[in-house]
Amino acid sequence: MADEPKEPKPPQVPTGEEPASSTPPVSAPPAKATDASAPAPPPKAAAPAPPKPPVVLQTPLDNELVKRFRAKFGAALLDATEDRKQAILTVDRAQLLEISLSLRDEEKFDMLSSLTAVDWPKREKRFDVVLELYSFPKNERLRLKIHAADAEEVPSVVSVWPSANWQEREAFDMFGIVFSGHPELRRILLPDEWQGYPLRKDYDILQQDTAWVRENLGIESGQ
Amino acid sequence: MLGADELVINMGPQHPSTHGVLRVKLKLDGERVIGSECIIGYLHRGVEKIAENRTYQQFAPYVDRMDYVAAVSSGLGYCEAIEKLLIVEAPPRARVIRTILTELQRIASHLLWLGTHALDIGALTPLFYCFREREEILKIFEKYCGARLTTHAFRIGGLQYEAHDTFEKDVERFCKDFESRIVEYETLLTQNRIWIGRTKGVGILTAADAIAFGVTGPVLRASGVKWDIRKAMPYAAYDQYKFEIPVGTTGDTYDRYLVRMEEMRQSRLICLQAIENIPTGPIMAKVGKVLKPPPGEVYHAIEAPKGEIGYYVVSDGTVMPYRVHIRPPSFINLQAFDRMVRGHLVADVVAIIGTIDIVLGEVDR
Repeated sequence: MADEPKEPKPPQVPTGEEPASSTPPVSAPPAKATDASAPAPPPKAAAPAPPKPPVVLQTPLDNELVKRFRAKFGAALLDATEDRKQAILTVDRAQLLEISLSLRDEEKFDMLSSLTAVDWPKREKRFDVVLELYSFPKNERLRLKIHAADAEEVPSVVSVWPSANWQEREAFDMFGIVFSGHPELRRILLPDEWQGYPLRKDYDILQQDTAWVRENLGIESGQ
Repeated sequence: MLGADELVINMGPQHPSTHGVLRVKLKLDGERVIGSECIIGYLHRGVEKIAENRTYQQFAPYVDRMDYVAAVSSGLGYCEAIEKLLIVEAPPRARVIRTILTELQRIASHLLWLGTHALDIGALTPLFYCFREREEILKIFEKYCGARLTTHAFRIGGLQYEAHDTFEKDVERFCKDFESRIVEYETLLTQNRIWIGRTKGVGILTAADAIAFGVTGPVLRASGVKWDIRKAMPYAAYDQYKFEIPVGTTGDTYDRYLVRMEEMRQSRLICLQAIENIPTGPIMAKVGKVLKPPPGEVYHAIEAPKGEIGYYVVSDGTVMPYRVHIRPPSFINLQAFDRMVRGHLVADVVAIIGTIDIVLGEVDR
């Protein structure tokens, strides 16, 4: 009795795998034999592909907020898009403070949920600083983006939303982005003396500040 | 009074009431706190860097290690964020089971908070009661997925495991028992004169300050802001259930205690409503084995027991995320600590650390 249930199971598992592994050989030999049968597999491969092209996830955004914004700040609004139904405004770095104040006081985006950065090393301005805003009265989210090159300073928004304080310190800690006007910009998660910015794309996952580790932990490597 | 009387003392990182490795530098004038500074990062593991070097599925268990006392909630936020990125939706059955497990996790997390918070203030008994009930929840998790704390209960696209045969019965039995258990905790604390003395008027955070500091979760609600992502931007299956959002009036430690107690009651009601009618059908959406989300970015936030846990995920169309940023509620809420602690006594610092309900694994990531 104990053997019976065991026996049917093993064949079931291989049969589940075999069709998948056996189909490629079946279609492959004819492709080698004749050129005429070669086009047959591509339609099969192309069949699942069609749903992909119509997916346009990033569309231009042009709602009331953007219109008001454009009227007030004009060229400072570099781009307004919608990605998966989420509004994203890319704005000029120099005017970030004025824009933030206006968003907080006039558009009622009273909470800064999250502030972070993304590194795109191949771009001319490698950093995106990303602010995720939330409005309690409107129950709406808005993403604000600023581009910044390696040595460029980003205006700090701590005076607008105090919750930016530690988050800007974290972005400085991880990316080396300097926020001008921050009350005390220093590392927050890593040791103060640490060299390098770990979340930059050119910082390898195995990389570390070997000198710091040797001096402070007395070991060659933590890995 | 004078500068010469100022004294800086160090609390932690090995202090038992800091709930992990939090170090606080306190500036004192006699017994009174006139300034503070939190020093964090002792548990930093570079979770966001790890995410960039793992596939979407491989990274899922890592989020459990951030808020390790509410791993199910962290996991739900991550899975839903990636589903949003892939533009898929988990099937209804999966969403209801997710809701039940997440609400149980909220109760478990609040129980751990209650037990340790009371212990910090000097009430030893609630800890044993809270752990008794928390154990029952962890047993349900264990039966469901084999793990108690770092559960990895959900998968991107739904669930891996079907609910076990006695799932509904287990949850129902827990909910039935739990009603009288909350009364037991309340008997011990709510009218207790020492408890009231130690918590009322301690660590007041006004609604305006709470919003400015980005504080979310029970701490924000205790300040009188009626805001809960489960209602404001429903996810999983929360739009199907009736529940109340408790709010406080003064935003002190006692209010935060009352809010969390009521939240446990509401979570229990959600679980009871949900097990009544779990839809049948598949538990996994069609997502394929290799996940390659179309390029783009999402921010998805859910109401974790400690507040808003948000995931900002950027995809470049490959199998690994280009960037994952986690907005941890503990980290952001801890920023308001300095505002809450000023003017209070050293003994109140312990109560205030407890009332924010931080987990250092999540603060440091």
